[in-house]
Amino acid sequence: MKFAIIQFPGSNCDQDCLAALNGISGVRAEYVWHKETSVDGFDAIVLPGGFSYGDYLRCGAIARFSPIMPSVVKEARTGKLVIGICNGFQVLCEIGLLPGALVRNRSLHFVCDMVTTRVEVADSNFTHGCPEGTLLRMPVAHGEGCFFADDATLRGLNERRQVILRYVTPDGRVDPSGNPNGSIENIAGICNREGNVFGLMPHPDRACELRLGSADGAKIFQSMVDAIEASRARAA
Amino acid sequence: MKVNVVVTPKAAVLDPQGAAVRDAMQHLGMPEVRSVRIGKYLEIEIDDQTPDLESRLNALCRDLLSNPVIEDYEVQNSGASE
Repeated sequence: MKFAIIQFPGSNCDQDCLAALNGISGVRAEYVWHKETSVDGFDAIVLPGGFSYGDYLRCGAIARFSPIMPSVVKEARTGKLVIGICNGFQVLCEIGLLPGALVRNRSLHFVCDMVTTRVEVADSNFTHGCPEGTLLRMPVAHGEGCFFADDATLRGLNERRQVILRYVTPDGRVDPSGNPNGSIENIAGICNREGNVFGLMPHPDRACELRLGSADGAKIFQSMVDAIEASRARAA
Repeated sequence: MKVNVVVTPKAAVLDPQGAAVRDAMQHLGMPEVRSVRIGKYLEIEIDDQTPDLESRLNALCRDLLSNPVIEDYEVQNSGASE
């Protein structure tokens, strides 16, 4: 099973993603430079964290015009799994594969911390195997991670169960004290209507081994692997 | 021709930078300051003998220079040539 990790100039979590994914049995992750024009032949696509194009103008605003992106959009529209982590989430919002936007943290501080998130949708492609309410501990490291969406978009996200992860207190309550960046309704990760494109600010790639403080991030990647295997089994 | 583009956060979007500057202004002797909103100001020099300039510039304002989900923009044509 092949995962593509898109490298933009300024990506800095590409190696974390590669190490995390290659640690999963049966997965081979490869880098794809942003100047390539095709991600054909991969089973899933990862947009890693970092500061693509120096975050100039707005985070992700310039990366969305990279030569590789039309192919990423095309593959996403055919149902391929796409995960955007941190800066990757910002790119997915900028290009319109996910609704809403990520703006400056309410505190104005760059937040670098371990956070607790709660799984809100158990049967998604990215949280398969995590019962609703499962708490996942992962690090965040961002200055612009405050999720914003207008009222109508937010209502749609809730009604269609597109909010996959929310920031919570260590004991699992949705509360401002568990929210590291001021995201509306404590939203930490959302998917598109079709459920195959997922963006989140926390870093599952930095939480795949207990010696890093948490292995919960591996559950998200493992869920993607399980979903791809299940779809292959259905096709066979 | 010089064109200026002003990008501002939409009213519904939280602007913590603006709030911080408002607080600082109030502390520094201007308690009458009600609110501050911080955006971006772009000075752009353009060869103006090109077709469809206005529509192409507006398209890029929507696609690149601003994010319509969170920002509004205004194109100010200064009219002056360098």
